[in-house]
Amino acid sequence: MDFLNYAFMQRALLAAVLVGVTAPAIGIYLVQRRQALMGDGIGHVAMTGVGLGFLLSSSPVWMATAVSVLGALLMELIRWYGRTRGDIALAMLFYGGMAGGVMFINMAPTGSNANLMTYLFGSLSTVSPSDVLAICLLAGFVVLVTLGLRRQLFAVSHDEEFARVTGLPVRALNLLTAVTAAVTVTVAMRVVGLLLVSALMVVPVAAAQQLTRSFAMTFAIAVALGITVTVSGTIASFYQDVPPGATIVLLTIAAFVVLTALAARLARRRARAAAAAGSGRNPAECVIPAARGTEEEINA
Amino acid sequence: METHGEPVISLRGVRADLGGRPVLRGIDLAVGQGEVVALLGANGSGKSTAIRTVIGQVPVADGGIELFGTPRRAFRGWARVGYVPQRTTAGGGVPATVAEIVSSGRLARTRFGLFRKDDRDAVRDALEQVGMADRAKDSVNALSGGQHQRVLIARALVARPELLIMDEPMAGVDLVSQEILARTLRTQVEAGTTVLLVLHELGPLEPLIDRAVVLRDGCVVHDGPPPRAAAGTLRPGHDHVHPHAGATEPIRTGLLS
Repeated sequence: MDFLNYAFMQRALLAAVLVGVTAPAIGIYLVQRRQALMGDGIGHVAMTGVGLGFLLSSSPVWMATAVSVLGALLMELIRWYGRTRGDIALAMLFYGGMAGGVMFINMAPTGSNANLMTYLFGSLSTVSPSDVLAICLLAGFVVLVTLGLRRQLFAVSHDEEFARVTGLPVRALNLLTAVTAAVTVTVAMRVVGLLLVSALMVVPVAAAQQLTRSFAMTFAIAVALGITVTVSGTIASFYQDVPPGATIVLLTIAAFVVLTALAARLARRRARAAAAAGSGRNPAECVIPAARGTEEEINA
Repeated sequence: METHGEPVISLRGVRADLGGRPVLRGIDLAVGQGEVVALLGANGSGKSTAIRTVIGQVPVADGGIELFGTPRRAFRGWARVGYVPQRTTAGGGVPATVAEIVSSGRLARTRFGLFRKDDRDAVRDALEQVGMADRAKDSVNALSGGQHQRVLIARALVARPELLIMDEPMAGVDLVSQEILARTLRTQVEAGTTVLLVLHELGPLEPLIDRAVVLRDGCVVHDGPPPRAAAGTLRPGHDHVHPHAGATEPIRTGLLS
């Protein structure tokens, strides 16, 4: 456990835990709304914020938060109003955001593409004490929203039309979801990087739902899995000198594959148990009668 | 036709467009308290759109809508309204149990979404009404089409609404579920609930319906007693439901223009 002796590792592990909690916590609502790639889009937009942070010599984390919140709100507005060509508008937002990031960081006196790389794919050794403070505050906001408003967010993400008739403020909740997703992107930026953030929002949820029947259990398992992979990926990158973001994402996908295989076996066993329990009345396979009845019997 | 007092729903000259095409071309409709009104019409006649203007899902180009005597834009008493949208599934992108789905209908009656014992009891009651109490902890993905519809109806009933708005509740529903739904609706109507429902054909709900409003091309062409099936052919309980059996007009009588 000698990695705990290093201050930068303590900061990195704290950030990793917070990312492991927040990314699946908001990601589950995005998956439920079938907007699994929204986090990816926000990650692209956040690059402009990082670039601006360098250019203006202010904190890239806070600047990225501001820009990605604006980008997320813009995406939500496009979803409302621009139904027909919404995908084109989103594409321009994504790639404009990425190009803006590269441009700004090149214009910045202290910036270089090497700097940008640490934001794109994550870097533990560069998590500064001020980053940790920002990450803690932002993660607190995400946890408050995703747990405190879980019933409201569930209802809106599940069936917007119905949620409106229960009198929920659907637009406000949609905007809050978008803002929370944007904040989560910047929480996760230092650990897994902007281009891999979305994987941590989506894959733990997809892995958890291989095993679960309820939303609450999916939420719990996805968060537990999120923490497991971010912490173990962080520790692995300390010993092996591998990039933490890539390690964490590959671990998550491995977990998904293992759980999917387990789920298939579980389903087979449940089916067999059900067949054994109901073998008297409802055999698992159709039984062909020995002889056909008369036409009257069939029509009776 | 008996009078039913103050209208619970009132539409006056409602027009609505979808994608630049006029779908409703000046609809007048009033549903009195305790009344059960069926909206009938062929596919594309505007019956679902009419219901969706009432709940505010489709914007109104012209005309006025009132709910319980309040203009819809100012209406805030959504706990009094239960809505069953036209959906083929109660599921979403993430697994959810029957009880979780039904609970979301209770939010109108809770403060900040905090559930008390009353709320949990209401969820159990609603599930018992549709005969799904034993499936409360099951994933909705494991249910049949008819059971999905029963879950959606339980979700609408859980807030104990005074007005039920349903869009094709019988579409794609097996016979057992149809009977349970008809029984549930009868209990609601006996308790005084007002009902506005879109139907493709009257089917097993026929005995419950006080009045039928028939739409064609976005206009009301009939407002009065439900069109009766020709004698001897289709009686309630013997009616088959083919939810999407072509775009043929489901009304079989000469009552309509």
